[in-house]
Amino acid sequence: MTTASTHSAPHDGHGDDHGHGHDPNLAHHFHTMSQQVGSAKLGMWTFLATEILMFGGLFCAYAVYRAVHPEVFLFGHYFLDTNLGAINTAVLLLSSFTMAWAVRAAQLGQTTLLVTLLMLTIGGGAGFMVIKYFEYTAKFDHGLGPGSGIYITTTTTDADGNEVTKPQYLISDSAFMAAGDKPFAGEITPDDKAQLDEAIAYQEKYSLGKKHGHGEKHGDDHAKDDHGTHAHADDQADHAAAAGALATSATARALPTDYTAMALPTNGSFGLSATFQETGIAGDPTTSAEIEHGSHTPTTWYTLTERQQGLAYQFFSIYYCMTGLHGLHVVIGMGLIGWVAWRALRGDFTPEYNVPVDLVGLYWHLVDLIWIFLFPLLYLIH
Amino acid sequence: MTSIPNPGPSGITDIFGKPVSEKAASENYLTHGKGIWSWLLTLDHKRIGIMYMIAVLAYFLVGGLFAIILRTMLLSPDLPEVSPLTEAATNNFYNQSFTLHGAVMVFLFIIPAIPAILGNFVLPLMLGAKDVAFPRLNLFSWYCYMGGSMFFLWVLGKGILNLALLNMFGIDMVPVWGHGGLDTGWTFYTPYSTGEDTGGAVVAATAGAFILGFSSILTGLNFIASIHMLRPPGMGWFKLPLLLWGLYATSIIQILATPVLAITLLLLISERLLRIGIFDPTLGGDPVLYQHFFWFYSHPAVYIMILPAFGVISEVISNHSRKHIFGYGFIACSSMAIALLGFLVWGHHMFTSGQSALLGAIFSFITMFIAVPSAIKVFNWLATMYQGSIRLSTPMIYAMGFIWLFTIGGLTGLFLASMSTDIYLHDTYFVVAHFHYVMVGSTLFAFLAGMHHWWPKMFGKNYSEVGGQTAAWLIFIGFNVTFIVQFIAGAQGMPRRYATYPEEYHIWHVLSTLGSYVLTVGLFAALGVWIHSLYRGTRAVANPWGGNSLEWHTTSPPPFENFKGEPVGTDPYDYTHWHYDEKLDGYVLVEEEDPYEAERTAPDRTPAPAQPV
Repeated sequence: MTTASTHSAPHDGHGDDHGHGHDPNLAHHFHTMSQQVGSAKLGMWTFLATEILMFGGLFCAYAVYRAVHPEVFLFGHYFLDTNLGAINTAVLLLSSFTMAWAVRAAQLGQTTLLVTLLMLTIGGGAGFMVIKYFEYTAKFDHGLGPGSGIYITTTTTDADGNEVTKPQYLISDSAFMAAGDKPFAGEITPDDKAQLDEAIAYQEKYSLGKKHGHGEKHGDDHAKDDHGTHAHADDQADHAAAAGALATSATARALPTDYTAMALPTNGSFGLSATFQETGIAGDPTTSAEIEHGSHTPTTWYTLTERQQGLAYQFFSIYYCMTGLHGLHVVIGMGLIGWVAWRALRGDFTPEYNVPVDLVGLYWHLVDLIWIFLFPLLYLIH
Repeated sequence: MTSIPNPGPSGITDIFGKPVSEKAASENYLTHGKGIWSWLLTLDHKRIGIMYMIAVLAYFLVGGLFAIILRTMLLSPDLPEVSPLTEAATNNFYNQSFTLHGAVMVFLFIIPAIPAILGNFVLPLMLGAKDVAFPRLNLFSWYCYMGGSMFFLWVLGKGILNLALLNMFGIDMVPVWGHGGLDTGWTFYTPYSTGEDTGGAVVAATAGAFILGFSSILTGLNFIASIHMLRPPGMGWFKLPLLLWGLYATSIIQILATPVLAITLLLLISERLLRIGIFDPTLGGDPVLYQHFFWFYSHPAVYIMILPAFGVISEVISNHSRKHIFGYGFIACSSMAIALLGFLVWGHHMFTSGQSALLGAIFSFITMFIAVPSAIKVFNWLATMYQGSIRLSTPMIYAMGFIWLFTIGGLTGLFLASMSTDIYLHDTYFVVAHFHYVMVGSTLFAFLAGMHHWWPKMFGKNYSEVGGQTAAWLIFIGFNVTFIVQFIAGAQGMPRRYATYPEEYHIWHVLSTLGSYVLTVGLFAALGVWIHSLYRGTRAVANPWGGNSLEWHTTSPPPFENFKGEPVGTDPYDYTHWHYDEKLDGYVLVEEEDPYEAERTAPDRTPAPAQPV
């Protein structure tokens, strides 16, 4: 549109009334196709930058908590199945390959091949999500849901006669400790409530001298104060208020003395999740099963401090946040590829105009790339 | 100077001063399409800018209402007796008021004010383009803004209803639909925001802020692509008007910082809904991590607020001093420097949050360092004004007010950047006054300067100079009275966010409240001037100020696709081709000195002059 446009008539919605036979795909506010394609690509790359920054927040949270509680993360990752993670990595890499090939096919105008490759890419995404579904379900079945599992409140009365509602988080503990296959229903059923009451009573009975709840004193036989328990170097930086609150929380997570009922996770058998072993002699941590994993000191439930046990679910919180957001991106990507495939079937794309395939491809590669970082950080850490 | 042309029957002329027929004059973007859907489904950047203007100004009114409530409650040292509220309910009402004042003003007014309204309207015009690079995305951004703001309205309305029903009729609505009215402060700090008593209000408000973030990100993305790809022939990077440099730097921050806020708010929502234990200390999370995340966005966000303001001021100061901008390269590059350095200073919000002394010292140093590019700008504006022929029009008064306020705000920032003084001044009214000087004083004044500067272009109507200047002075005086006394109260130890205070601070609070009333009167006066202009204003000429950036190279208001030809870039601060025409009370382009001539005769380009309408 480098002509001298000396209209006296007003422009209509499309300023392309020059009779030059413009590409119908050229939007009216661009001069040339290359300007339009350049804008679209720049926009997409900019958008990908925002995506990276968004995941960056999660990677940052991961780094912080991993640095503060390395044992917790090491312990937590035993519950993830490395083989399934590796298969998923391969699936995503393959789908990236088919996507890249699809872009090439679009550039060459091979429509049939393009549609086939796009469908294969969607298949890869779907396969990834199916495997992820089984991984998630297995975790839920073991009570390792997002967050601290089931959240209940207890109401007590303080000295002034006011009702004080305090949260308690017990399900994860029992998941780690005892119930190898506790179903997670997403809400507290009467059965769950009964189990919880039992767990609370159990903990109170074997409470190592500590009782959760309000205003109760610690017993003498285990009279270490809470800050003593927390005198882990990395805890010292914590807020004073936070430390106080944690003390209460950790009390609610008191470890029973009867170790025999506890399950130990083992790493990476070819199954849908970690398998649980029951082992060890009651009360004697030294006899617990040792898990060989490289040259590192094995981390088991018993080698974690009480505080670290209380934080064990944190690994899964971060796991669910990261993989959940990534999974959402995979689903969105599948939708976008489906849209592009539909347009390809309709015959929209030519060797001259195929920028949507290119843009969706960029997005898909980013989703792939993020998984490439998630896999080692979550599944392979030592 | 050529012969003075007679205005056409419509009373308006084109950029060369030639008469324009009534029919041609009435065909512009405002008349292109009729009915509500021609607005709600428009892809025209100018109309989207106007729709932002209406929405943003409405929320400015809401935020301002809360400010007046706060100042009025602070008139007496004791808690005011608001029948029938109990004392606790009154305190809670105060907390909710300052929270919603902050949240509405920051997320719904200051951040979108200049980029979304003026940026959307002016940016494609300055580029000589027909629209932004992605017009549909632009409309989507507006819907994100409206959708996100609905969440805020929901929280706000529910809070008021809960309070009213509980205290007037004893009906407790909390079990029915949860808490309303946010009282965490606009920062949503944990553990306030993870506590039990704020209920669903946090989820709703943060979900709103999350959606607003998309509006911000997509607008920034659009601007970056537009500035990269839509520049006209002859407009290299260093021929960009400085407003575009300001918007470009802003956009970079928007796309890099806002996603971090997005994930932070998502994590906060997950924390509330799923108890994931990331920020809540009772679950083993770290509330200081939240502060780091939040300020990693929100400190750059203050540059989202101020960088476009710098751009507007550069345009207005140069234009109304009738002088080429001084130190163009320095102003442009300092915007980029601020954008990048702005990412490295967030820790200065956390000097008292248990951050290590070393980290504090580093943040303190970088914070002081960022004053350098800011000061470069101020010196360049002063040098631009020096020996210019300054026209004391309304935009210029606002712009000069901006320099005053920004200097005070900036210099008091140095006290807060020093760790030792900050620990004393932390969370006092000194901080309140400081950030109101930079965020409100500076951004609001630049916004008003820009609105008055481009008003004739936006609506094709002149406004009353007398009214505009009166409002400007009222706002300037009111603002300074409101906030300069808060520096004193703060230095004496008055903490922020309290509904009551000792008797000794009474005088400062009374003065501050009186100032806020003057400020309110001034703002309504400015609104009155605009409304008067819309209904009674005379037709504006194409170029009332004699500017040379490309938006002045088309009629006022611009036609649907902005230009009748394809303009080429020239030096935006070269005013020599525009001559004042007394009869028109505006500037006309002198044809003999057509700046397009070189471009037109260039062998590689077919001629493309800006054509008479």
